[in-house]
Amino acid sequence: MNALNALLSIEDMTVEYTNQGQRFAAISDITIDIAEGETLGLVGESGCGKSTTGRAIIQLPAPTMGKVTFEGRDLSELNHEEMRQVRRRLQIIFQDPVSSLNPRRKVKDIVAEPLVIAGMKDAAERERRVREVLEAVGVDPDTAMDRRPHQFSGGQCQRICVARALIMEPKLIVCDEPVSALDVSVQAQILNLLEDMKERYGLTLLFISHDLAVVKNISDRVAVMYLGKFCELADSARIYEAPAHPYTAGLMATIPDLSTIGADAGPALIGEIPSPLNPPSGCRFRTRCPHAQERCAAEEPEFRQIESGHHVACHFPLTEQGS
Amino acid sequence: MASETSASPLLEVVDLYTHFDTPRGVAHAVDGVSFRLERGRTLGIVGESGSGKSVLSRTIIDILAKDGSVLNQGEVRFEGRDLMALPEKDMRDIRGREIAMVFQDPMSSLNPVKKIGKQITEVLVKRLGMPGAEAKRRAVELIESVGIPDAAQQLDRFPMHLSGGMRQRVAIAIALAGEPKLLIADEPTTALDVTIQAQILDLLRRQQAERNMAVILITHDLGIVAQYTDDVAVMYAGQIVESCSTEELIRRPRMPYTEALMNSAPNLADPPHTRLDAIPGLPPNLLRVPRGCRFAERCPYAAEKCSAEMPALTDDDDPSHIYACWYPLEVKEAVSA
Repeated sequence: MNALNALLSIEDMTVEYTNQGQRFAAISDITIDIAEGETLGLVGESGCGKSTTGRAIIQLPAPTMGKVTFEGRDLSELNHEEMRQVRRRLQIIFQDPVSSLNPRRKVKDIVAEPLVIAGMKDAAERERRVREVLEAVGVDPDTAMDRRPHQFSGGQCQRICVARALIMEPKLIVCDEPVSALDVSVQAQILNLLEDMKERYGLTLLFISHDLAVVKNISDRVAVMYLGKFCELADSARIYEAPAHPYTAGLMATIPDLSTIGADAGPALIGEIPSPLNPPSGCRFRTRCPHAQERCAAEEPEFRQIESGHHVACHFPLTEQGS
Repeated sequence: MASETSASPLLEVVDLYTHFDTPRGVAHAVDGVSFRLERGRTLGIVGESGSGKSVLSRTIIDILAKDGSVLNQGEVRFEGRDLMALPEKDMRDIRGREIAMVFQDPMSSLNPVKKIGKQITEVLVKRLGMPGAEAKRRAVELIESVGIPDAAQQLDRFPMHLSGGMRQRVAIAIALAGEPKLLIADEPTTALDVTIQAQILDLLRRQQAERNMAVILITHDLGIVAQYTDDVAVMYAGQIVESCSTEELIRRPRMPYTEALMNSAPNLADPPHTRLDAIPGLPPNLLRVPRGCRFAERCPYAAEKCSAEMPALTDDDDPSHIYACWYPLEVKEAVSA
């Protein structure tokens, strides 16, 4: 997985936290490259470590073990000032757009702040840049610049967050559940906006979401996480056509959609995600897996390639069962 | 199948208005809503934030503020009795017993400092007058019936010890304790993961069938409506804009808003990077609702008449499918699935 054109490389990344004196891994041994210009989707249930992965990439907090290489530089070796420089090119947007914006400040100051921090002294130039980026995200600068966040809807606040992330002309944006708090009609607007901005600014995106349909729509490749580890990685179209991991297949079967009027097959996945404080032996998914066998409890499956670009951590992947 | 119109449905809401008197003006949260619900059926109420779906449910069980800031009008007939005219004392007997409610955030409907067993037996003892020992046995049964393992041990635990999904199961057990004829579930799975959502909705469906209980399922998700309801009402800006059987709505929507709602969600069957049909703009400000159709400003088919005059709910030949639109969508014979 060491692509030559990787913008970001994650190698054996582990993030540990302490809960009431007990150390546990929120994510363990995550390895992946994100190619320049790619959108990588990261999907899984709450507590699977997808947000921890996104934050560890921007070193908030830095991973406990492993290496993150961005534009060829190992981020763990950078000093504070160097990291500040890199952060301009490595932005993040969050789930709740309203709480990510300072309610007391005007939109023009919120969006200009990264420029101020970066030391841009020319106020006229700052205003020109703010106008340009607000226009790009579909917010009218003339009416918006002097207003405060509470005067905008959630969708407009998310546009402003995108504008603030774009103003430093980043290479990569980590999007952590950016549409989960929005209504479906507004969600579509923001997803379309992210696609447009990606094109216009030549961005690379890491798109984190619990919503498989949203992730499929925006991503080139999709990684599915469970209890701190990757269980499957493949091209977006491929993973939905032929999921190899029983967890991926189960997740997809649980999405209610319009094609299944009144379908009554019962829930596809039983049980709940186990505690990361005490993960199951062997395969972490085995306690909920309809296909689990003895080997699954005894031996942890390796995250291996079963086809070009299609990786899975399962002893008995669905695509090899000839069903 | 749409149910036959019977003499007395379980619930009949007639021309219901709920307005909020705010410092900035009167907000038209629910604006002339009528519908009926037969025993044992599941009605989905679908809409986006601010469409009035939650205010509607809170008006039905009368739990909105009593400080004069809420202006109500209309009728809520439950088994023929108008709940709007009942004194609070009588309403308390209906709430939690005849009509129960499950909310989005189970933590806020559970008492955080009371063991879950106690929270269930309380309903049984106080509401149904059950003796203590029997109530305890029944509580274990209820906990089991909502799919919580080791029921007997769970009674001594506090809500904080449970996962979000388990808390929602407890909230459902409490709602079922009074053996209600109507259960109103307001976004019961919005705070939960998709795998847990499927489990909870499946649980609601099984309990509904077993008890022949009527359910109002309030959601923003048309996928959930498609899979778990018999009939559906689509709400927009305080009004029902389309209502029919669920299958009919999915196959033959007539109101452009319904179609827009369906098309704006990403579809798993589409290839990656399919451009989404976003609905432009925002719903109208409920303090200053437009004179005409409330969706007109965002509607791709809107003509002059739409912003001038409000369309009334109407049907063509089939009275079980009503919609409010001057220029309804053509009926496309959908490909049968």
